[in-house]
Amino acid sequence: MNKITGSLSEAVASIKDGATVMIGGFGGSGSPVELIHALVDAGPKNLTVVNNNAGNGHVGLAALIEQGQVAKLICSFPRSSDSTVFNNLYRAGGIELELVPQGTLAERIRAGGAGIPAFYTPASYGTELAEGKPIAEFDGRHYVQERWLKADACLIKAEFADPMGNLTYRLAGRNFNPLMAMASTTTIVQVSRIVEAGAIDPEHVITPGIFVDKVVEVTQPKQEEVLIRQGAVYP
Amino acid sequence: MNSQLDKIKLSNAQIAWRAAQDIEDGAYVNLGIGFPEMLAKFKPEGREVVYQTENGILGFGGVPAAGEEDWDLINAGKKAIKLKPGAAFFHHADSFAMIRGGHLDLAVLGAFQVAENGDLANWSTGKGAIPAVGGAMDLVHGAKRVAVVTDHVTKDGAPKLMRQCTMPLTGLQCITTVYTSLAVFDIIDKRFVLREKLASISLDELQAVTEAEILAGSNVGDLVVPSL
Repeated sequence: MNKITGSLSEAVASIKDGATVMIGGFGGSGSPVELIHALVDAGPKNLTVVNNNAGNGHVGLAALIEQGQVAKLICSFPRSSDSTVFNNLYRAGGIELELVPQGTLAERIRAGGAGIPAFYTPASYGTELAEGKPIAEFDGRHYVQERWLKADACLIKAEFADPMGNLTYRLAGRNFNPLMAMASTTTIVQVSRIVEAGAIDPEHVITPGIFVDKVVEVTQPKQEEVLIRQGAVYP
Repeated sequence: MNSQLDKIKLSNAQIAWRAAQDIEDGAYVNLGIGFPEMLAKFKPEGREVVYQTENGILGFGGVPAAGEEDWDLINAGKKAIKLKPGAAFFHHADSFAMIRGGHLDLAVLGAFQVAENGDLANWSTGKGAIPAVGGAMDLVHGAKRVAVVTDHVTKDGAPKLMRQCTMPLTGLQCITTVYTSLAVFDIIDKRFVLREKLASISLDELQAVTEAEILAGSNVGDLVVPSL
């Protein structure tokens, strides 16, 4: 088995117009900047994107939005040190926003990957984010029914991979990445280093290779936060 | 707020200091982004506290020197942080299992308004700003204590401790303690029960800047904080 893909452009080539794409990361931490930029270059439009945030500056997710490729964003916190790209487009009516509490977003993705079509959570009960959703009472408390979330593809970032697709992550860069790997038809991963099968201790594997489809090596990945401080703009 | 109250009211650092004195030894704590993060600075010596952040870390504290930041190591406020010995990483679903599942001892949040029944409004002014909820709606459910740190009134002098919240709600009947710039309240049986107030403010003056009715027993203490 060999999930290694030769180039970033080859890795994202299967993502077509209208696709739902999950993008890992929390702000810049664990954000697959190079894969997102490859998706900008590939140019599919009318995407639904799932991410915790709405991009920062003019790189990564913000660049994808700025290029007009995102029709709808599903996120918990569309605010950052510089979220003007999203803000301006949203105010102009150019992008749809589905706001989801952060824990609900994580669990919806996990459920999507785990074959659980819906679940109940206390989060958002009694608030406007629960409007229209089924409510049930368990042991005297009220809970909101939330549905699974799945995607045609995800772009995620990991630290090490082997040809089997087994992944480890770096520091808090893990965040949504392992969940999205489970919930997507095609899981596309950029890693800092590809190692031979057996080089990752099975005890240390965080995402087992069954959840992974394509792995591309980016040995010196850029950090969104550093790019923003440099005033970088993509493309 | 009138200028006399402006002079006596606590700073945010002093409110954070007071709230931090109530963190129990051995507690697992989530501090909301912004103002609540200040509590970590004022934790009493000798008490061991493990901080949790939504993006998947248990056991962090302190800020790296400029130039030493690693941007894969940030807190929920996207600030660079440092790990403590014994730290752990986990993904977002596990992180919110800790939060919703009742495993945290304390969550501390900011507030636009708190109601006497414990309702909290802290995520949307409802006035056309782009809405952003983050983890607030999850954090208010599950922690054993859910505390608020806040100025007692808004910048315009409007009360924040309400009979009912008028702004979009974050959660129902979820707040247990409120630390303000003038007083400390526990929410008990849907009432603001006054635990401490500044000695320089009378109960009548405090009530005048509080929409909800304050319940003050005979054992109200003085709210005493260092000058900081």
